[in-house]
Amino acid sequence: MAQVNTARLRASNRQAGRKIGGTAAIFIFLTLLGLFMLMPIYLTVIMSIKPVEELFIFPPKMYAIRPTLDNFREMFSVLHQNRVPFSRYVFNSLFVTVTVTAAQCVFSSMAAFVLAKCRFPGSRVINGIIVISLLYQSNVIYIMQYIVMAKLHMIDTYAALIFPAIASPMGLFLMRQSIGQVPDSMIEAAKVDGAGLFRICWQIVMPNQKPALMTLIIFAFQAAWNIQAGSVVFQEQYKTLPTVVSQAASAGLARAGVAMAAAVFMLVPPIVIFMLAQRQVIETMAHSGIKE
Amino acid sequence: MSAGDIGKRSKKEERHMLWQSVKKNKVCYLMLAPFMIFFVVFTIVPVIMSLPMGFTDFNMVQPPEFVGLSNYTTLFLSDKIFIRSIRVTIVFALFTGPVSYVLCFLLAWLINELPPKLRTVFTLIFYAPSMANVYTVWQLIFSGDMNGYINSFLMNAGLINSPIQWLTDGNYVLGATIVVQLWISLGAGFLALRAGFQNIDRTMYEAGAIEGIRTRWQELVYIVIPSMGPQLMFAAVMQIVSSFTAGTVAQNLVGFPSTDYKAHTIMTHAYDYGWVRYEMGYAAAICMVLFIVMFAMNRLISRILSRYMD
Repeated sequence: MAQVNTARLRASNRQAGRKIGGTAAIFIFLTLLGLFMLMPIYLTVIMSIKPVEELFIFPPKMYAIRPTLDNFREMFSVLHQNRVPFSRYVFNSLFVTVTVTAAQCVFSSMAAFVLAKCRFPGSRVINGIIVISLLYQSNVIYIMQYIVMAKLHMIDTYAALIFPAIASPMGLFLMRQSIGQVPDSMIEAAKVDGAGLFRICWQIVMPNQKPALMTLIIFAFQAAWNIQAGSVVFQEQYKTLPTVVSQAASAGLARAGVAMAAAVFMLVPPIVIFMLAQRQVIETMAHSGIKE
Repeated sequence: MSAGDIGKRSKKEERHMLWQSVKKNKVCYLMLAPFMIFFVVFTIVPVIMSLPMGFTDFNMVQPPEFVGLSNYTTLFLSDKIFIRSIRVTIVFALFTGPVSYVLCFLLAWLINELPPKLRTVFTLIFYAPSMANVYTVWQLIFSGDMNGYINSFLMNAGLINSPIQWLTDGNYVLGATIVVQLWISLGAGFLALRAGFQNIDRTMYEAGAIEGIRTRWQELVYIVIPSMGPQLMFAAVMQIVSSFTAGTVAQNLVGFPSTDYKAHTIMTHAYDYGWVRYEMGYAAAICMVLFIVMFAMNRLISRILSRYMD
């Protein structure tokens, strides 16, 4: 008994069983590779705060000599020249992103639970279709989507931006793979206790699915935040930030600098969401896990 | 009672049983419904509408005209650039696919070995490139004049005397594209694997320690990989999609069309015919060929993975 307890103690403090040197080596390796990965993003940020004349210095500098926010100012001044106030674009983007993310999480979680854990007529076919639809990429689909939306009188409304993004086969596939790992015995036990499928999904399965759900939130937010309104929305008042920001980037005087500023500006919200979601994942892992 | 009677009755019974089990599972259908409604209307219906387009001549102005198999015969018999794009796509996918798949798994695992506080930071560092849309800076890094970051670095180091035209020299365009693709490829698959690592039950590690597992490697082989099957499958599908349908990277980086069509993938070819020449029927046929290749690839990989998983 005592023997088992020490083993448990050692294992629960996961660092105990391993060499500190190994962890340090991993840390150094990841740091070096990470610096390389970050280099282009670092350069983007640097170039967004470089004044125009510094963009053409040879050899190119890895830092800004006289950092300035001119590029950002220029971008916003271009944005403010539109007929619609800038706040409208911010609202559009937030509205579309939040709606899509929320709907996608709720709908995909439920559908994924049913597809992973229930056998019913049609379940196998639907499971197959989800993967196939991920593989089928055709440029004609967008035209057909447009035709469907036109038939439903959705062009030039928020619906045209929101509805097509809600049912993402990738999100469903991710959740299905993860929920599939929940032991069947847990679900059977809940059924014996008299819980319905809906309750099992939301009160038993989903609380254990935080890592996958947080990952889904990151994907959904990122995809929705980058929705380009160009081809389905023509009125200025329904356009989203990516559409107008890329317009501003190509209209700016010192185009490289403004384009960088636009890229940096658009990158901030997804990174914030990413940090919040990832922290959630790691915090939950400290005191919960799937128990058979 | 003859054998035929039994056959008839069991068919009728079968239908009855099917209906019974549909009724019994109506909660399942209800929970599936919200997703499926959007999925059918905005994905399935457009996909089905697009399927016959490969057999038509369609320029987006006039209604599509049925032309039989002629798109496909042109594609394989007389479109030399298409044949070249197949080769580029295969080289591209063989380079980026496996390398980035292994990288995704390796980095997700190494990050998991770090203390929790550092995990978020490193996950962000490696995932950030796939969020960022920064082709412009890559153009400056690979820029063909002396001001390009790589050229100026190599020239200062004395390795080259004159700048290399990374983005226009036919020898380098595919290589440059592959580098940038690898850089952005730690995306969905990587993050799903990270989530998979977080999902492994701690009692598994404890049980492993009791069973006598001592090193990281043993833990990886005996505990981690066997319980990551679903995430590995997800990452594989994502990898197939991203390495075979790549085209935007090349278009944004080395321009369109690239020098000598050296970075001209199947997807770029479809873009060319679809959105530049408005020959949508032909473009749909190109996409269909690509889909069949990816479908076969997916079958192959899921067979290999499922053999090693259970």
